[in-house]
This record gives sequence, structure tokens and C-alpha cells, in this order.
Amino acid sequence: MSDPLAHRVASATPPQLAHRIRGLSDRTIAWLFVAPTIFLLLAINIFPLIWTIRLSLTNFRTNKPNAEVEFVGLENYRKILTDEDTWIALQSTAHFLIWTIVLQVLIGFTLAYLINKKFRGNDLWTTLIVLPMMLSPAVVGTFWTFLYQPQIGLFNYFIAFLTGADPASFSMIGDVPLAPWAIVIVDTWMWTPFVMLICLAGLRSIPSSIYEAAECDRASKWRQFWTITIPMALPFLMLAVLFRGIENFKMFDLVVQLTGGGPGSTTLLTSIDLKREAFEKWRTGYASAYAVILFVTVFGLASIYVKALNKVKDR
Amino acid sequence: MSFSITEPSGRQKWIAGVLVVTYAVLTLIPLIWIIATGFKTPQDAIAYPPKVFFEPSLEGYVNLFTSRSRVTPEDLAALPPPSTFYDRIVRQYDMVITGPSKYGERFLNSVIIGFGSTFLSVFLGTIAAYAFSRFKVPMKDDLLFFILSTRMMPPIAVAIPIFLMYRQLGLSDTHLGMILLYTAVNLSLSVWLLKGFIDEIPVEYEEAALIDGYTRFQAFYKVVLPQAATGIASTAIFCLIFAWNEYAFVALLTSGTAQTAPPFIPTIIGTGGKDWPAVAAGATLFLVPIMVFTILLRKHLLRGITFGAVRK
Repeated sequence: MSDPLAHRVASATPPQLAHRIRGLSDRTIAWLFVAPTIFLLLAINIFPLIWTIRLSLTNFRTNKPNAEVEFVGLENYRKILTDEDTWIALQSTAHFLIWTIVLQVLIGFTLAYLINKKFRGNDLWTTLIVLPMMLSPAVVGTFWTFLYQPQIGLFNYFIAFLTGADPASFSMIGDVPLAPWAIVIVDTWMWTPFVMLICLAGLRSIPSSIYEAAECDRASKWRQFWTITIPMALPFLMLAVLFRGIENFKMFDLVVQLTGGGPGSTTLLTSIDLKREAFEKWRTGYASAYAVILFVTVFGLASIYVKALNKVKDR
Repeated sequence: MSFSITEPSGRQKWIAGVLVVTYAVLTLIPLIWIIATGFKTPQDAIAYPPKVFFEPSLEGYVNLFTSRSRVTPEDLAALPPPSTFYDRIVRQYDMVITGPSKYGERFLNSVIIGFGSTFLSVFLGTIAAYAFSRFKVPMKDDLLFFILSTRMMPPIAVAIPIFLMYRQLGLSDTHLGMILLYTAVNLSLSVWLLKGFIDEIPVEYEEAALIDGYTRFQAFYKVVLPQAATGIASTAIFCLIFAWNEYAFVALLTSGTAQTAPPFIPTIIGTGGKDWPAVAAGATLFLVPIMVFTILLRKHLLRGITFGAVRK
């Protein structure tokens, strides 16, 4: 310290008192602040995950806690991967995943594009469009079963009005060919606004100077759309697809209330199948292995996708 | 920039407006329909063709909040005349009210668990985000990624061991158990959102406060917290909406005491099938607060959705 007076003053205060005045050290505070979060996440996320992996190697059943638990190695995994039902559930999930993403991206992007024209009152209408995604999926599923009732349901009435078919002649959630589309429609109704909002953020991030430059070069609107708007909004669009993809791979609440996996197993998505194994058939070990497989699949697909996304971003 | 060459023309705006408004109206019809159904009688609710105009009735709401039982016409005649409007409605169907239904309780659970977990996740999220934003935390990036990755886990995958763990600890079907669980799920979002907000507050403010003799703690709650208030509020809304809407965990881990409204609403049954007006009334009371919230706080909410997404 260059100033001798300041030095004398500073050292005149006993160290303990100095500590009290200055409070805890930054290092201590940092740990104090981060520790509860890390602890809670370890206890409620990581520890259960490790436990799931351990259970997946056994034949444990929750409804028979006193039965002897045997280590069965990878037997559960072999059973799941060779079970035809697993592949049927994966196919239903894939159908749901692909169609919801296609529809939500098309409608969501179009809406964002239109809202970005900044007509009067656009923010209020945006908010109204966003309402469905804020609601409880289980409750949404419940009341859509009402709209889907044959004869009395509003949806059936609407379709009948447009096509002239008898509204009692079809049941969206009861007919095998229609049920997979019933869940796609509700999910699209609910989550298109999410894709729309992210696309809107993307469109708004494009500087208007680029369009002005293109305008000076006499590029047509059509050309501007394909060479400026789409490429520059693409990373955002891909991000929206990633989020919807992860969420819909895990889809449970909405579809459970809407169709419960039926009729038969036409809308039995993997999460619902897993829930049946774990909490209805109580095959805990088997269900744990199922959970691990699903988790690894999501994680793997998401990582590959993120790599592709980063490539697009760097371009 | 009204004269900018890239500004859409009046006609373009008009067409865009008409298309967006059409979509908005179509997308709102199911919501309006469900609110209307709550005020119909069971006969009107299942009428064909669907009734757009009807005489409003509070039957759905009465059925939602009460449990009833059927009595014989003789017993009914022997009872004193109905004293309240809800008694009168119920007696039309040869029934008497036997007590309140479970809806009030479940709704209260939603409030307790929703606000409890929101408070906890915002509190823990704020201090953790502050530490990540301002201090040298060892392995900072790894920890932040770890916090984010916990969000990718399917709820059912961790539900089995949590179910077993809670049974051991006596936390199954308790408010505390559900609050801790929702806090853990919301923490990743809350830490990431709040870190963004706190990063934007200039460090100089705190440094000035420290030089003025504030301790770190004082600088944190007297300088940083007021500055981050908007960010904290919008994070809180997101956490609350998640906890309010959650279904999978609560359906699997609770059976009564701590069960929230979402698993209850689908189970409302009247005489001969679902009591649609009561279901609609339950859904309306449960969903309308969120709709009002969304419309009132739209600026913060809409920013938060995209901000959170784009950051990740």
C-alpha cells in the first residue's frame, strides 16, 4: 500500500472486527448461494436417475416389496427392444411428433410472418393467440374430449357443417383411423403459438437495412423472402422444432386425458406405455429400463440435432 | 420509419390483420365454448344442434362445489322448503346436498403448492444466478449446463424412484413433497432466466455500494434485488404457470391430501356419464386466472418465452 496513513488506519482495525464489517468473503457467499440449488437438483433429479439405472438391472416390483430382488443384467433391455409393442408405441410417437412439428412450423411461421407486418393492434391479437399454450394440458385434454363427442360435440358439428357428413357418424377419439389425428389437432391448437413466438423473435432480429439493400438492388419480394427471410429465421425455426420435439417425445398429460392411449393402442405414446408398465402393471425394473432407453433416445437425438443447429448458426 | 421502403404497404397490413384475426377467433372458440358450457344446464350442454344461445344456469357451479345424493320423492316432500338457490337447483333432480365436494380443497392445494414452489424456486434461483453472474464459481459452465440438462428428463423416468424415495421419507402425498419437486423442476429455468437479467445490471452499482461500506449481502439486497425486480417477477410467473398446470407428477405421486386440481377436474361425474357443465365450470375457474394473467402481463410474458428459448 502506497499511502502510509491509509495503511496504518487499515491495520488499526483488528482482523476479526474487519471481517465482521466486510461480511462473509465472496467465495463463501458464492458457495452459499449456489449450494442449495445444486443440492436440490442432485437430490431430486440426479439421484433418482441413478436409482432408475440401478433398478433397470433388476426384476424389482413395487407392489411386491418383500419379494427377493434379483440382478438380471441387461435382460430388461433385451425384452423391451425385442417386444413388438415397444415398436408400435414408438411408431405412434413418431407419427405424433412428425405431424405436430410439420403443422406447427407451417402455421406458426405463417402467423409470425403476418404479425410482423405490424398491422394495428397486432400485440393484443398475438396475446389472444398465445392463450392456449398457457393452459393446463390435462384440463385442455379433458375439455377437448367434450368438443370431440360424436353428435353433440362442437368439433363434429363444425366438420359436419363443412363437409355435410353426419356428425354422429364419426368419433375423433373413438375411431381407430381418426384418433392419431385427434391428438395431433389438439397439440397443434395448443402449441402453434409457441412456434409462432419464437419465429417472431427470429423475424424481428433481421435488421431492416438488409431488406433496404436488397430493395436497392431491385431484388423481388419473392427473392428477398427466400434469400433473406428464410435463411435468417432458420436458426430460430430449428430451435422451436427442438423444443417441440423434446416436449412431444415426452408427451403425457394432454394425450392421457384425451384418449388415454386408446382406442386399442392407437395413441399409446411411449410415455403412456411407460406409465402403464410402471404404475399399473408395477413392473418397476422393466419400466426403469424403458425409462432409460427413452431418456437416452431423447438425449441422443437432441445432441445430434443441436450439432446440426450450430452448423446452421455458424453459416 | 413510416417512410422506409421496407415498411409494409397499407393493403398488406390489412390482409395480414384480417388473416391473423381470423385465426385468433377460430382458436378462441374452444375456450369460449368451455366457459359458456359452464353456465348451461346438463340438457343444454348435450343438445343437438349445439346451443349458442341458452338460458344461463348456475347448475354446473353448484354441482362442482357440492356432493349430492338422491332421495325418494316422499322424503323430499317431507323436507322443509329449500332456503337457498343451490338447494332449489339440486332438488329439481330429487337430490339433496350432502356436503362440499373436493374441488375447493384441490383448488386450495393448487394455490399452496403453486405459490410455495414459485417462491422457493425464485428465491433459490435468484441467489444462484447472482453467484453465477458475479463470482468466480469453479466449473461454472459445467454447472450451468448440468442445471439446464435436468430439464430434458421425461417426468415419468424420474417418477418411479421419486415415488419410492418419497415413500421412504414420508413425503408422498404431502404439500412439502410436491413443493420441493416442482421447485427442482423449475430451478433450471429460473437460474437461466435470472442470470440473464442480472448480467444486464451494471457491476458498477454494487462496487459503488461496497465502497460506501455496504457488505456483499447489503449490496445484494439493497442494490441488485430492486434492479432485478422485473426479471424476478416474470420468472415467477413462468414458475407459477408450470406448477399450476402440472399433471404427470401430481397424478402419480399424490392420491388425496396434496392433490391439485388438474387430476380432479376430469373425474367429475354426474348422473349417467360426465357432468359436462360441472367439468366446464371447474376448468373455467382453473383456467381463467391464467388467461387474465397472460393478458395483463403480456409484455413480460411474451418477452420471457422467446428470451428463455433463444438464450438456451
